[in-house]
Amino acid sequence: MKILTAAYAAVMNLPERPMRWAQGRLRGGRLGWVFVAPNLAVFALFSFLPIVIDIVYATTGGAQLLPSERPYVGADNFASLLDCTNHLDPNTCTRDLFWHGIWNTLRFVVFQVGLMLGFSLLTALVLNRKIMGRGFFRAMFFYPVLLSPVVVALIWKWILQREGVLNAGFMAAGVTPVNWLLDANWAFFWSVFISIWAHMGFYTLILLAGLQAIPAEIHEAAAMDATPPLRHFRRITWPLLMPSVLVVFVLGLIRAVQMFDEIYVLTGGGPGTATTFIVQYIYKTGFADGVRQYGLAAAASLLLAGVLLVLTLLQLKGQRAKNG
Amino acid sequence: MSRVHLLAGLALLATASASASVANAGEIRIACYSDGNECPATMDLAKRFMAANPDVKVTIDEMPYKSILESLPVQLAAGQGPDAARVTLFGTVMQYMIDLTPYVKNPAYWEASFGAVLPWTRPPGVTTGIYGLPTQFTVTSPIVNKTLFDQAGVKLPADGASWDEWAAAVDKVAKATKTPYGMAFDRSGHRFAAAAISMGAKYFAADGTPAVIDDGFKAMASRFVKWNADNTVEKDVWASTGGGYRDAFEEFANAKIVMYHSGSWQLNRLQKQIGDAFEWQVVGNPCDKVCSGMPGGAAFVAFKGSKNPKDVARFFDFLADKPVYAEWMGMTNNIPAQAELQKGGVSYKLSPAATAALAAFGANAAKVSPTGYKLSGYAQNSAIYNPTVDRLSQVIAGQMTLDQAYARITQDVADSVAAAKK
Amino acid sequence: MADMLTAKRGHHRWDWTDWAAHLYLLLGVLVMFGPVAWLGLSSLKSETGLNAFPPTLLPYEAATAPVEGRGNLRLYTIDSGDFAGQQLAEIRRVGIQAQMVDPKRPEVIIRLPVEGRTPVMRMRLATENYTALFSRFDFFRYFWNSSFITIVATVLTLLVNSMSAFVLSKYRFTGRESVFLVMLATLMIPPTIVLVPNYLIAAQLGLTNSLWGVIWPGVATPTGVFLLRQYMLTLPDELLEAARMDNASEWRIYWRIVLPLSAPALAVLAIFSVMWRWNDFLWPMVVLARSEVFTLPLALNSFQGELTTQWNFLLAMTVVTLLPVTIIFAFLQKYITQGIASAGVK
Repeated sequence: MKILTAAYAAVMNLPERPMRWAQGRLRGGRLGWVFVAPNLAVFALFSFLPIVIDIVYATTGGAQLLPSERPYVGADNFASLLDCTNHLDPNTCTRDLFWHGIWNTLRFVVFQVGLMLGFSLLTALVLNRKIMGRGFFRAMFFYPVLLSPVVVALIWKWILQREGVLNAGFMAAGVTPVNWLLDANWAFFWSVFISIWAHMGFYTLILLAGLQAIPAEIHEAAAMDATPPLRHFRRITWPLLMPSVLVVFVLGLIRAVQMFDEIYVLTGGGPGTATTFIVQYIYKTGFADGVRQYGLAAAASLLLAGVLLVLTLLQLKGQRAKNG
Repeated sequence: MSRVHLLAGLALLATASASASVANAGEIRIACYSDGNECPATMDLAKRFMAANPDVKVTIDEMPYKSILESLPVQLAAGQGPDAARVTLFGTVMQYMIDLTPYVKNPAYWEASFGAVLPWTRPPGVTTGIYGLPTQFTVTSPIVNKTLFDQAGVKLPADGASWDEWAAAVDKVAKATKTPYGMAFDRSGHRFAAAAISMGAKYFAADGTPAVIDDGFKAMASRFVKWNADNTVEKDVWASTGGGYRDAFEEFANAKIVMYHSGSWQLNRLQKQIGDAFEWQVVGNPCDKVCSGMPGGAAFVAFKGSKNPKDVARFFDFLADKPVYAEWMGMTNNIPAQAELQKGGVSYKLSPAATAALAAFGANAAKVSPTGYKLSGYAQNSAIYNPTVDRLSQVIAGQMTLDQAYARITQDVADSVAAAKK
Repeated sequence: MADMLTAKRGHHRWDWTDWAAHLYLLLGVLVMFGPVAWLGLSSLKSETGLNAFPPTLLPYEAATAPVEGRGNLRLYTIDSGDFAGQQLAEIRRVGIQAQMVDPKRPEVIIRLPVEGRTPVMRMRLATENYTALFSRFDFFRYFWNSSFITIVATVLTLLVNSMSAFVLSKYRFTGRESVFLVMLATLMIPPTIVLVPNYLIAAQLGLTNSLWGVIWPGVATPTGVFLLRQYMLTLPDELLEAARMDNASEWRIYWRIVLPLSAPALAVLAIFSVMWRWNDFLWPMVVLARSEVFTLPLALNSFQGELTTQWNFLLAMTVVTLLPVTIIFAFLQKYITQGIASAGVK
């Protein structure tokens, strides 16, 4: 421990002299810029510059990676992505996979976020009771959050495979085994299920903290009035929990829209396109196809960025409502 | 001040990274993938080469086949690629490959030895030049589990049997032996093409441009979809994993299928992993219009970004030398791409089953149709293979009709070919 | 003790809601932890055990017996016929016939149909799944790569983010608000969207196939800055003023006073960062293409592609990948769950 402290001090002392020098030359709060510089530099390099390059890609065509070698095509990429005879039927679109991705993502978001919110809330309410071994149960529900998406996908692949433990259970119960990941609807179901399994612990904790932040007196007062539990929940708990629910809702939404890792390893987007989501379309178009169409990938990215922008603004609004 | 700081930081980052990426003179890195033991075998030979040429350091990075397909082209495009790599789909990296003719010792020897396969590695329109060291010649072939046939009491269809006859036979065997599926195709447009060509698919129009959908293609596609639906073909392989290549070797090794449509590059794994667990046998490609498999081959190719093309050529010269090449083929149990050695001269360490298999592969190689060679040599063939797999998977998963798939494949191919031309 | 057991929402008796709650939790444990436990158990099974269907809970494998001159052979119990009830060893199986031998009389070969015999199974932990991992794959390298990225990235993240948070919470300077807004705006740029351009940039900087290429892009996290800033806002300004009186430099104030006082928030960010980095997948998959720089998730993914059904290695490797996080979590569970809960509320 002592060695660690000494090492920490030695390392942190290194910038002392240049920083003192900068402090001597910069008046007012301008020294602040020096402190934020590293952070801003990384942001500029790996967040803002890429957006600019994305715009360049989106407006150019061909299969070259270097922007300077790509011919300008204007809005062609966007036009081709959005070109459909009937936007509700991906098969009528020029880029049908993109639209499969959009519809699958939408369907996924509705089910995944809705169900996850429900289960997280239920779990948080149960864990908020005085229950023996509460810490243990809380830890159990949270544990999958720590697992790598690849690990999560492999665990479930092992369980869901044709001769897996789930089918064995079904056989024992006299039900015909199912090829879970081969049937489009089941594969989609398991994508939703597994992503809830892997992430709900995180949201449960946030909701649980929200529940615990409700002052005990309020509950006690209600108990005095002998309010029935359901009404108690609707009238008191739910409104007070609303800000946390909003945070969970928006965070969950943003993450669901970006879902990739688990599903990529679990189903690879199949069967067919049943679990191909929008990020996977971007990855496939830009990184895995025989001829890589970076322009299309970038255009799809920018469209996705637009949607996420709206969602993030919602979140900020929600946070403000909660803090204020 | 902030700008200065930012610039300084960037400069620091750049120098730190630059120092890491500068290759030392005489150092070459080769990206490699193994069908069986190709990378370790090449590594052994590289050690011998380095002992004789201490000024060159060869590093061989073994990576998954999928990385060669998916990551290598992006790396090369970004100027971050290796000096050389083992590749099968040359079109994906063709624009980065260099002609080694000025660097190799004896171009005439290369031309004489590998002349039959070298054209595949050349960019469209180029008729001369040494763009790679072909490491093997491959041909797709069905491999059957003879033991299962025996148990079912079904005779192997005779040479010249059609795909339908084979499908009926393996289905009968699978049902009799309670094997889950009759056969499996690797999830690859290349493997599918082999069967389609036997059905008469031509893949190209008279002017040499791709024209994938024709009666032959349709004949195979409709059968393949039907077989997937009725469990003649194992659906998991094509339907389950979405994008990308997947082979079905493990299914065959675990006797979950009766017949495996793959190719000669599997010989090593067949011998090593199956051994005498059951009797396996390579059979002739089924015949409808023709009895063709798809030819193929891997080659070590060198890239423009290499700072030491001379050393790459030296190493390739060493490997291409007839005795070393023969030893190399013996170590990896591959069919040589070298003309003289194709007539014999490689001593394999093969079991009797594998020896028979090698002969059967050889017989299949002799029957490859010109269409097969044309498709294998087409630079943008991955733009044909990928949509074939993607779209047929969608049909298999019940998400589109065959006719829709045909239209999509035509459109996808045209789109990719156009994008690649820009 | 009895009081503690029954103390539920102020009542002193179990009502149906208590039953329902406990039932739900037990079911929850089964669903949440069951799959992981099943993975752990399966990873100790031999290949034959893994292929058995229906699967057994505990690791069984086919028993073998040494036969003179033939090595170890698999044992079968014969169900019917002349040899009913005997245990014979199989030499090989040809078609529907098996050549068997009595281990005690190795010279007599007996031919029997493959039906009508059951393999003899015995329990054994297949630890070779794990030992083979270390000999067959460059496992320590992947482990090292993952650890290196996780540790270095976390330290850098803490440093870079806390420097920003310090001035954003304790300084007044022109542009402060815009800096803060700009940082928050990056929340909207998820890594997947800038995948291709980021790759190009990383390539231009020579960061591909380098662990630093994974580390740098994620070092400046808006979440981290936000979290630390909110915490630092609660630190009293008087402490800083007192230090300034003593002529301490601003840098010194930052690392000697502000950082130690922000330890709880830093710990939360550290937990987040470790979680993000250890499990990161898409970006490393794009940047790292050589197996020597693979992280554990990348190695796992590539093996699941290569070894499609060689589940024995795949399962063992999965277990080893999740083990470190599991151990850390087992010890720090309370702090981690509380830390994340508090961060979510703030």
